[in-house]
Amino acid sequence: MEKDIIVCKDIKKVYGTGETAVTVLKGITFSIKEGEFVAIMGPSGSGKSTLMHILGALDTPTSGHYHLDGKDVSKLSDEELADIRREKIGFVFQAFNLLPRTSVLRNVSLPLIYANMPKIKREEIAKKALNDAAFPEAFWPYHSNQLSGGMMQRVAIARSLVNNPALILADEPTGNLDSKTGEIVLHTFQNLNMTQGKTVVLITHEPYVAQHADRIIHIRDGNIVTDEKNHKKLIARKEKDIPHDNT
Amino acid sequence: MTTRDLLEETYSAVTVNKVRSGLTMLGIVIGIASVIALVAVGQGSQASIQASVDSLGANLVMITPGAQASFGSGVRAAAGSAQTLTPDDATAIESVNNVEAVAPEVSGRYQVVYKANNANTSVMGTTPAYEQVRNVQVSDGNFFSDTDVTDSNLVAVIGPTVLQDLFAPDANTSATPDMAIGQQIRINGNIFTVIGITVAKGGSGFSNQDDMIYVPLTADQHYLLGSSAYVTEVDVEASTQSAMTQVQNDITTLLEQRHNISASQSPDFTVLNQASIVSTASSVTGTFTTLLAAIAAISLVVGGIGIMNMMLTTVTERTREIGLRKAIGAKKRDITLQFLAESVMLTFTGGLIGIVLGWLAATVISLVTGVATSVSIPYILLAFFVSAAIGIIFGYYPARRAAGLNPIEALRYE
Repeated sequence: MEKDIIVCKDIKKVYGTGETAVTVLKGITFSIKEGEFVAIMGPSGSGKSTLMHILGALDTPTSGHYHLDGKDVSKLSDEELADIRREKIGFVFQAFNLLPRTSVLRNVSLPLIYANMPKIKREEIAKKALNDAAFPEAFWPYHSNQLSGGMMQRVAIARSLVNNPALILADEPTGNLDSKTGEIVLHTFQNLNMTQGKTVVLITHEPYVAQHADRIIHIRDGNIVTDEKNHKKLIARKEKDIPHDNT
Repeated sequence: MTTRDLLEETYSAVTVNKVRSGLTMLGIVIGIASVIALVAVGQGSQASIQASVDSLGANLVMITPGAQASFGSGVRAAAGSAQTLTPDDATAIESVNNVEAVAPEVSGRYQVVYKANNANTSVMGTTPAYEQVRNVQVSDGNFFSDTDVTDSNLVAVIGPTVLQDLFAPDANTSATPDMAIGQQIRINGNIFTVIGITVAKGGSGFSNQDDMIYVPLTADQHYLLGSSAYVTEVDVEASTQSAMTQVQNDITTLLEQRHNISASQSPDFTVLNQASIVSTASSVTGTFTTLLAAIAAISLVVGGIGIMNMMLTTVTERTREIGLRKAIGAKKRDITLQFLAESVMLTFTGGLIGIVLGWLAATVISLVTGVATSVSIPYILLAFFVSAAIGIIFGYYPARRAAGLNPIEALRYE
């Protein structure tokens, strides 16, 4: 049996105190196994962003336990959370969040700077990650702001891979992309999941995007509504299968 | 994060917006440059004052008669006009401990004539010891000898200005020493033979030592002054600098005895110590230098505030970047260091440029105005240190602000 990467037990998150307190997560319990591709879905205000922050070790729950890769991260300090993020998590954001006017290679190897890795080794890993993220070698010398949205997101995916994370956390990764490029990005995730066994958690509010995952967790008003296998899994098309104009 | 990575990150961040970085740096550049240039001017003038005081002679103690007050009227004449200092006083001073040489002097201004040329200049009657005491050097010919003094010989040693005034064929040609030596000049109607020319020393701040004629003391007393009863000044050279105060005190005691002055009375002479002249002069220029540096320091502070302002803007602009860096595992310390390094790099580069500019400015000032300047290494090091310190002080608050950002909010920042 595969081991659990994520174990959440009765996670609650309350913002504010006293009468103004708002309970955003009302006791979330679930686990994700290594190599799973899970989509967390929900409308805005459902608490999925808050859950994403807790899963990404950007925030800690008010109560409950969160184990990531066997380590309880629910009671760690800010500095310890930073260590967890550096070692175990790869982020992909809706807005890409690349450093502008900075080369692709430098953007991708940025997380490794904080791991004190020597430059030569960093670039070696970054190049491999770019290949894994299906980023064409012809674009390597470019600066991030010279790329199209789809290319930028692939740089961001490569960046999320360099620290060999236990978990890739993608927050609305297709939200800023047109449907064709979105398809390509989703294909990249599926490919990483299927061929390399990466655990991917995708947060989205679009049912179509969620359909690409193996399992879909629905959240509404701070509770899990449904958590089931996705039997109608869509396989995203590869770039070369899409008749695309210039991206 | 290794130091090398930190420097690389900082370098790229600073060079991304070159114009803004340059303008921000300008404040520090101007601040450091003005500190360097103004302190150089201050120290240069201090050095040149020191040099001209030194050119008066080493370890010099000067004794001048006091002011003459005519009895009953209470009206005082100028200091030094009294005729209370005698050649015997000078002889007595020679026996004081640690006295190297004593030169009594009488001086006056007379009309000097050579052929069709004439000049009005200072004539100093003294002894050969003067050459040593006042550090006078003869470039051509000789200074007069003790025999000249004993025999009251009518010989004269002239300064280069006098040489030019009397012996130049016309205003555009300079006179050579050969034209003067052996020639006879008339001082106040008395014929003196020129036997030597002194080396040019420039103005000393008290009198122009180049516009001067030296004659034997006795010759001056007999032919020019008409009295051998008094001298107008006695110059004494102490054997060492440390002995100067002792020499000054001993001379004061000796002269008080000789002039029958009790301790309660004010003496009829003044003993001046060269060291005290130097310290007065340098305290004046020291204050002046401090004032200049203080004014320049204000611009440095303004420059520092400019740095802080730009760093705060940068932190706001790069909020998302900071959020991302924190999301991928940067710690507070990493972010603080990065932003601190940016401000220090700005001020440090600014400081470097400022030092070069300040140096250039000091050179230009001394070329254009003729004021001596001296750029000293300690001040350059200080400027370096100060500019780095400004970077740290004014960069600390923005850096802490950046490091304190919540990654979730920073990532959402629009």
